[in-house]
Amino acid sequence: MEATESVPSPLISSSRPHLSPNQRAWQRFKRNRPAMISVWFLLVLLTLIFLWPLLSPYRPDTLSDAQFQVPSLQHWCGTDVHGRDLLARLMSGARISLLVGAVGAGVSLIIGVAWGAIAGYVGGRLDDAMMRVVDVLYSLPSIVFVIVLITTLEDLVKRIVPKGFLTDTGLSVRLVLLFVGLGAISWLTMARIVRGQVLSLRTRNFVDASRALGASHARILWHHILPNIYGIIIVYLTLTVPAVMLYESFLSYLGLGIQPPMASWGSLIAEGAGELNPIRIYWWLIVFPGAALVTALLALNFIGDGLRDAFDPRSAV
Amino acid sequence: MYFLKRLALMLPLLLFISFLAFVLVRVAPGGPFDKEHRPASPEIQRNIEAKYHLDEPIWKQYLRYLADLANGDFGPSLKYRNHSVNDIIRQGLPVSLTLGFLAFCFAQGIGIPLGFFTAARRGKWGDYAGSFLAILFICVPGFVVGPLLIMTFAIHWHLFPAALWETPWHAVLPTIALGIYFAGKIARLMREGMIGTMHEGFITTARAKGLSENAILLRHAFRLAVLPVVSYSGPLLADLLTGSFVVENIFQIPGIGVFLVNSSLNRDYTMVVGLVLLYAALLLIMNLLVDVSYSLLDRRVQY
Repeated sequence: MEATESVPSPLISSSRPHLSPNQRAWQRFKRNRPAMISVWFLLVLLTLIFLWPLLSPYRPDTLSDAQFQVPSLQHWCGTDVHGRDLLARLMSGARISLLVGAVGAGVSLIIGVAWGAIAGYVGGRLDDAMMRVVDVLYSLPSIVFVIVLITTLEDLVKRIVPKGFLTDTGLSVRLVLLFVGLGAISWLTMARIVRGQVLSLRTRNFVDASRALGASHARILWHHILPNIYGIIIVYLTLTVPAVMLYESFLSYLGLGIQPPMASWGSLIAEGAGELNPIRIYWWLIVFPGAALVTALLALNFIGDGLRDAFDPRSAV
Repeated sequence: MYFLKRLALMLPLLLFISFLAFVLVRVAPGGPFDKEHRPASPEIQRNIEAKYHLDEPIWKQYLRYLADLANGDFGPSLKYRNHSVNDIIRQGLPVSLTLGFLAFCFAQGIGIPLGFFTAARRGKWGDYAGSFLAILFICVPGFVVGPLLIMTFAIHWHLFPAALWETPWHAVLPTIALGIYFAGKIARLMREGMIGTMHEGFITTARAKGLSENAILLRHAFRLAVLPVVSYSGPLLADLLTGSFVVENIFQIPGIGVFLVNSSLNRDYTMVVGLVLLYAALLLIMNLLVDVSYSLLDRRVQY
């Protein structure tokens, strides 16, 4: 099959002898067209997001009488129920959405991988105990946990922080609470998956071999087992970013995430879905935020796939 | 032996979870009667709280709850006071189970073949097209798919009903909206698993024996490659079967997903703990089944 077919091996084609494995991986990554297009796309998107307030005649929170305008030359993406320019709102929502995704993935990477790898590698009692913790957190439906966590913390903050102070910082407090809530649940699946992989890898011969050669546990785990699951970790990480971004949208939909007039892509989609009625179709209120979310997530996924192929030449197409 | 132990552990674990959920909801500030329309006078408030024993210490409330639970009674709902939690579960659960199971079948039925196909056609057009489809699926959430499906198939073309839960036709759009995201996830896990497995020694052995490529893919690689999917299916099924707030909300389906969210927001603790227990029991059973099937599919895995 393809594994034996002679796709020019990335190892040979870039075998300038002085390149480190990481440099070679980077070379391979640069040859991955969908991934590079996605990188450029995200860079352009990021630039646009930050320049938009200067470029656009509309501010994301300016109300007007032009409600529910169909996309036109004045309003490229139309306007919403309060006559706000949708494109301007999309651009300001992008910051929140991307930030939330990055934070969630970071937590999942650091806590999830460490937790799963240690549990799977050590095994026995510790594995049991650590995975039961994950099980328990898993078995509480995450939404209950997050709702109670966020509302409780919010009450606490409200009590501690004096009232007048809150109007300014209230919005960013919400954002921090959102991070805490999403961070608390985003690492669980990663831990389970890593643990399952490590569990089946640690019985392999090459692990026994390096143990026989006197390698320390840390070395075995870090140098022999984890490199074998980079692929799955990276793929799962790219799956975590969209998942976290979606979760944020869900929470915003419930009124626990981003509060109006602030917006994220998720809350914009939720607003659009709220305007759904059998008489008039305001398609742009769903299609544009949806398209923004989908293209950003697509780009992130292509980058993840490209990274995987680059760091794990065995699986490179 | 290991699995018997796990099974025996389930009851204390469930107890612990119920305790955790109970404490979580009861200790958090805010009670179930805070959001009533008319602010009740303090006496009335006290009377209501006394009626539902909210004035007692928490450990006593919890023991009372457990005693009811032992008789199969999840207690009264504190928000929908004409209904018991049992009533609501009895009405909503079958709907959520049906929808969740349909979505699960949809996700597996699309995801596994798609992942298998793209791995088998690796590096060819079929792979690119299929992989793009799989990525697209995980990027288009039910949140977006639901309204889009309603707009096109229900409002514009009148092919399917837009909402409610009556005939089998009503199930089509929600099933797609709920399942499509997971179909993409499964397809990607499947492809990843297949490609990883194709490098294994026993595949080379199978090739050396002269087996046909199809036999290798289907009989040898598939079994190992499907492990990540199996591992993912346990929590997925538990999640899907207990309802989805978004889809039930968008399509106005009377399942229990909506209740879970609303009761957490309302601090309707009997309802929260009841639904959480339901979800937890399902999840623990699923995870156990996953581990059992793991050791059946890959004999090298030992517990």
